[in-house]
Amino acid sequence: MTTITVNGKAVTVTATPDTPVLWVLRDELGMTGTKFGCGMALCGACTVHLNGEPVRSCSLPVSAAAGHKITTIEAMSVTPVGSAVQASWLALDVPQCGYCQSGQIMSASALLAKNRTPSDGDIDQAMAGNICRCGTYNQIRAAIKDAAASMSGRG
Amino acid sequence: MTTIFNWSSETECTAEVALGNPSRRDFLKVGGMALGGLTLAFALPGTNRLAQAAVGTFQPNAYLRIATDGQVTVTCGLSEMGQGVHTSIPMLIAEELDADWSSVRVEQAPVDKAFNNPYFKMQATGGSTSIRAHWQPMREAGAAARSMLVAAAAQTWKVPVSECRTESGQVIHGSGKSLAYGDLVTTAAKQDVPAKVVLKDPAQFRLLGRDQHRLDTPPKVDGSAKYGLDVRLPGMLTAVLARSPVPGGKVVSFDASKAKAVPGVRQVLQIPNGVAVLADGYWAARKGRDLLDIKWDAGPLASLSSSTISKMFTDAASKGGALARANGDVSTVKANHSIAATYEAPYLSHSCMEPLNCTASVTADGVEIWAGTQSQGPAQGILSHVAGVAPGKVKINTMYLGGGYGRRFAPDFTIDAVLLAKAAGKPVKLVYTREDDTRAYFYRPAGVTQFSAGFDQAGEPIAFTAKVSSPSLMEASGFMKLPADGVDNFAVEGTRDQPYEFPNLRIEYARAEPGVQIWFWRSVGHSQNAFFVESFIDEMAAAAKADPYQFRRKLLDKEPRHRAVLDLAASAADWGKPLPAGVHRGIAVAESFGSFVAEVVEASVSADGGVKVHRVVCAVDCGHTVNPQIIRRQMESAIIYGMTAALYGKITFKDGRVEQGNFDSYPMVRINEVPRIEVHIMQSSEHPGGVGEPGLPAFAPALGNAIFAATGKRLRQLPLNTSELKRA
Repeated sequence: MTTITVNGKAVTVTATPDTPVLWVLRDELGMTGTKFGCGMALCGACTVHLNGEPVRSCSLPVSAAAGHKITTIEAMSVTPVGSAVQASWLALDVPQCGYCQSGQIMSASALLAKNRTPSDGDIDQAMAGNICRCGTYNQIRAAIKDAAASMSGRG
Repeated sequence: MTTIFNWSSETECTAEVALGNPSRRDFLKVGGMALGGLTLAFALPGTNRLAQAAVGTFQPNAYLRIATDGQVTVTCGLSEMGQGVHTSIPMLIAEELDADWSSVRVEQAPVDKAFNNPYFKMQATGGSTSIRAHWQPMREAGAAARSMLVAAAAQTWKVPVSECRTESGQVIHGSGKSLAYGDLVTTAAKQDVPAKVVLKDPAQFRLLGRDQHRLDTPPKVDGSAKYGLDVRLPGMLTAVLARSPVPGGKVVSFDASKAKAVPGVRQVLQIPNGVAVLADGYWAARKGRDLLDIKWDAGPLASLSSSTISKMFTDAASKGGALARANGDVSTVKANHSIAATYEAPYLSHSCMEPLNCTASVTADGVEIWAGTQSQGPAQGILSHVAGVAPGKVKINTMYLGGGYGRRFAPDFTIDAVLLAKAAGKPVKLVYTREDDTRAYFYRPAGVTQFSAGFDQAGEPIAFTAKVSSPSLMEASGFMKLPADGVDNFAVEGTRDQPYEFPNLRIEYARAEPGVQIWFWRSVGHSQNAFFVESFIDEMAAAAKADPYQFRRKLLDKEPRHRAVLDLAASAADWGKPLPAGVHRGIAVAESFGSFVAEVVEASVSADGGVKVHRVVCAVDCGHTVNPQIIRRQMESAIIYGMTAALYGKITFKDGRVEQGNFDSYPMVRINEVPRIEVHIMQSSEHPGGVGEPGLPAFAPALGNAIFAATGKRLRQLPLNTSELKRA
């Protein structure tokens, strides 16, 4: 039994301690917005926030997340940065197949939470761990800049 | 060759497989399509056979219904895999319906002959056929509904229909009064379905040809979109399967004791393709699978290696084969000078971001699957055979596809899921690990093409030969046969019909079968053949000391659509004008799937051989446009998919085993490598062409040609071996 905090709620899960957070979310908690792509932290599809930092949940044992705060795509709309990022993703119609986009949005939100005016180099660095097989990269870049602009406009 | 699966063959029928522009020779009549008892007639708009509309809705045909609140629901038989078909098909209907676009939603259809793809004569999504095949029938479906709504309004008002027009979900009378479609639902449902409808003049289009937001974006940005892997059924077990590490290998014996000791593991089952561990969730199933101790009989391909495969193709190409096309007589040409070159491409995995998976339930009532599949029609027949039930007892729930690119046209993963569910007596979700997915065959065919070209004293090309060697994808498909002339259409597409005019030309096909299961991969034969042909054309331009753009242009005198996109790309890229130091251009043009695409790539090569792609300018003529934003994005998507193949993509074999596994050994282009991409769409009133695949073929040759311009080195293999570019 491990207790983790997911999107603000403490939950006790029965998965074995070595089970990656990804599979706790998907198989035990039924939260399927976080995706499985590679299982080796190589593609970023499973990105969640651990205490606000982007992490690859496929390679994070649940035991290591005990007592920490996990945030997933399902809670992005209630965070100011997450909702701005989602609004830009919508406005620019970023997704194609869409499978990687939860992870892309989680990485982008983590970037913008720390850096409201990311350069192209900052975007490359923050987003290079997220593969998109459909090749929506230029739209992802544009949407991050759009979200940054919309947040600075508000702020 | 090794057969990894068999399509069931309950019904012999004829299928037309559309490979390109229907006006050319691209429709093939092929026999032996397995459809498992489906009838083949496309249900014409107007048939209200599929469903009894719920009370209070108007459902004139299988493709749309209108509710009293005015909401229009389009039922789409095509699979959404990122190409935008869940938006573009509703647009076709909404245009002729004069619907209010904001009131249109889309739902996925079940498997039913009403949703047969008119090009395939079966329910399937692929070959960049969706818009080409549905351009007319879906507009007719919308127009039929509109006509019935107008008749309903005219009846209500007791006026002639000729006094009524429609706009944005309303029927409007000449007097100015109007009725919303939602208010006409009951009366419209009582009207006769028109036998004939008149379609709009394209000049009257309000939606088509204009950017519209995708209908599938909202669920894809909040995590709620459901893909195959997201399916959860009560009592379901998750299965991870150990497959033979060598193509066609068989299980001799296995010890599952360690696997069964993993907490959460419930069953271990053997099926023809291997041994599966079934558990409460993925993690336990995966751990259990990795603890299986299996003794394999590797079979006849135990020593398969990429070097022997390469030699097999090269030897076959050298010998030549069946005649695919001839003009004039290359054997009598007295060339002043000539050139020759050998090109090679590897096997490729599709590597969809969503690893292959399928959830299946087999009960006394029949079979039900939940999967991201591109081939509902064939799957229904195949799975009925697998489970021993009538085709009508196979229900297919098509989920969003986390990428398809052709891979999800194959039935292998659905077959294994059904076999496991049947054996387990419980619903089973079969999940591939990333490594399983990469190593699950169904690869883009490898192959070799040998070219030669002869020039006269003036430097004009007078002879062109190509000898193509690759496996037969038609035979590998299980639903087509190699034609009597012995030429596989996919192996030579883009080569046999290369567009340049040469007085003497000879194209041959030499089939060679290393035994690896091959499959349709984004842009199919064009994915390697455009690289071969357009690189060699560039070699010919260099041999003729001609500008590569002008050399092509001159030989395309009789191919106006090729020439027009070539001109547009060259002009948009400022061909011939100076570039920053070290940056060089390459150009290529290719027709595929009814569309014409030219690309100019700007690239530089560093001293250590590193290639940087700075910019891609793409010009496309895909006929009438539906949603230009989707067209631009599909071109860009295919360019980046092609860039991964050009720079990194290769599946290789050693001792019968695939050497690649995860994204570390089978890398993908990432955001920091992506160039600026500009897409220019030609205005055209031609029948629509495909857009999902045609952006891919021209990229690799345009890049290779830019590298040649930069370095003088001609790279003739995919992926481009940039280590050859190192300057000592």
